Amino acid sequence: MIDLSLMGLAAALAAKKVSAVELAQTFLARIGQFNPSLNAFITVDADKTLAMARAADERRAKGEDVPLLGIPLAHKDIFCAEGWLTTCGSKMLANFVSPYDAQVVERFKAAGAVTLGKLNMDEFAMGSSNETSFFGPVKNPWDTGCVPGGSSGGSAAALAARLTPAATGTDTGGSIRQPASLCGITGLKPTYGVVSRYGMIAFASSLDQGGPMAKSAEDCALLLNAMAGFDARDSTSLERPAEDYTAELGKPLDGLRIGLPREFFGPGMDDDVRAAVEAALAEYRKLGAATVEVGLPNSGLSVPAYYVIAPAEASSNLSRFDGVRYGHRAAEYGDLIDMYCKSRSEGFGAEVKRRILIGTYVLSHGYYDAYYLQAQKIRRLIADDFVAAFNECDLIMGPTSPSVAFAFGAKSADPVQMYLADIYTIAVNLAGLPGMSIPCGFGAGGMPVGLQLIGPWFGEARMLNAAHRYQQATDWHRRAPSL
Amino acid sequence: MSLNPEAVARIARLARLELSPQEAESTHEQLNGILAFIEQLQAVDTAGVAPMAHASDVVQRLRPDRVTEADRRAAFQAIAPETEAGLYLVPKVIE
Repeated sequence: MIDLSLMGLAAALAAKKVSAVELAQTFLARIGQFNPSLNAFITVDADKTLAMARAADERRAKGEDVPLLGIPLAHKDIFCAEGWLTTCGSKMLANFVSPYDAQVVERFKAAGAVTLGKLNMDEFAMGSSNETSFFGPVKNPWDTGCVPGGSSGGSAAALAARLTPAATGTDTGGSIRQPASLCGITGLKPTYGVVSRYGMIAFASSLDQGGPMAKSAEDCALLLNAMAGFDARDSTSLERPAEDYTAELGKPLDGLRIGLPREFFGPGMDDDVRAAVEAALAEYRKLGAATVEVGLPNSGLSVPAYYVIAPAEASSNLSRFDGVRYGHRAAEYGDLIDMYCKSRSEGFGAEVKRRILIGTYVLSHGYYDAYYLQAQKIRRLIADDFVAAFNECDLIMGPTSPSVAFAFGAKSADPVQMYLADIYTIAVNLAGLPGMSIPCGFGAGGMPVGLQLIGPWFGEARMLNAAHRYQQATDWHRRAPSL
Repeated sequence: MSLNPEAVARIARLARLELSPQEAESTHEQLNGILAFIEQLQAVDTAGVAPMAHASDVVQRLRPDRVTEADRRAAFQAIAPETEAGLYLVPKVIE
């Protein structure tokens, strides 16, 4: 049961071979068994979960049969869910029980999905290893001495360990794709504006995008069908006709042009990652696709540009945490300013403070043009590179991460080394493009390697089609760690 | 561009953060590492390039100026650190 696809689970539910309650109990039992060692979940609330499962069973008894009715799913703890603790991995929100639902949560509820719990993450989604979570790091189920990636590390680890068949994540600079790669699961970051940011706790608003994480591309397509859609409450939500992302999954790949950016295949990528990625590309050629070399000459600037833009937006977004309306307030303080300072200093962890300080600095008088405006101009150059590359190809492919999962502590002393873990993913966010990571083999220490797919704007269906065909021909995505 | 400890303290004040002396030292070092890393942006010729604030070239939607939200003050204030009579309480600002 735990290895079934979402289509498989839906079929079992529809045939009444299993009830939503039984399914929820199965996964809750696994969470109870394995979460103490993996730390993938921050909050589990069996009563709430089982109430949702009972409601799904009642809906089915009344004749309803929608694809996700009764399917268990867990949310990254960045998504507000009414009545659930929603911490964003921070002490600042360790007491925050959300009074409302994020649009994504609302849509999954309407679709009849059953919430299994809230997933651990780097604090305010700032990290690539899950080591910045106030609730302790998530362990990689393939090797508990290694990081799961971040910031959606809880989502990726829970999927790999089969503690949930589906999860949500968010991706600001690689936070869906990089942990998907490091944990050997499938994750998709949609085109900016496709999934509503309403109720998704903001990090860098011009880059943040929610997306599905699951065991396969087919599952991600099904989840994206539920997540995507216009929302008037998000000012950057795009008004587009609804798409069925499962419709073109089976299309043959004959004639598909895959662009390989020479900048993604230079030095800097580990040999084991390179071997797995090259083998995946050979498989694609067997499936009828052609590979062409393309250039993304400014992509090397994406990490430094991101570390101006994202902290600038974060310093502004996180100014809302002031100890007045919700969240942590210091126990002792003097005047109002002192209350702000003490509440924020106690509530935020070291990486969040660093990014707020960098952001405050690059936006401050005298430095705005040199840093922030210059980074925004470079962002344009990076986005224009993709426009030119997509004149020569239909999809771009390369590694998701330069290495397989690294050991705890390996990069935590030097923030810049940690930032470089996202060297292949960040440009995609700056350009607002859709991207995916799918498992494509194993590297050093038997750790998973991810292949990154990048599509043109609104190229989700094309990407999912390419990912699905690959997963029909290979079985990397079916491999699971022994726990 | 590198920051001295006084500059770090000034930025922390602007950001409403308080750094302990121990935190200040490691933060100072790490911020300078990050600033050295982003310094490479300065070498790029961006003359004539329009800054890109956003990934999608869409204009902000307008909506009719109507009340669309229900009054949920009680639910929102239930999670506040301190309230009284529907108001958020903070330390006295005006003597």
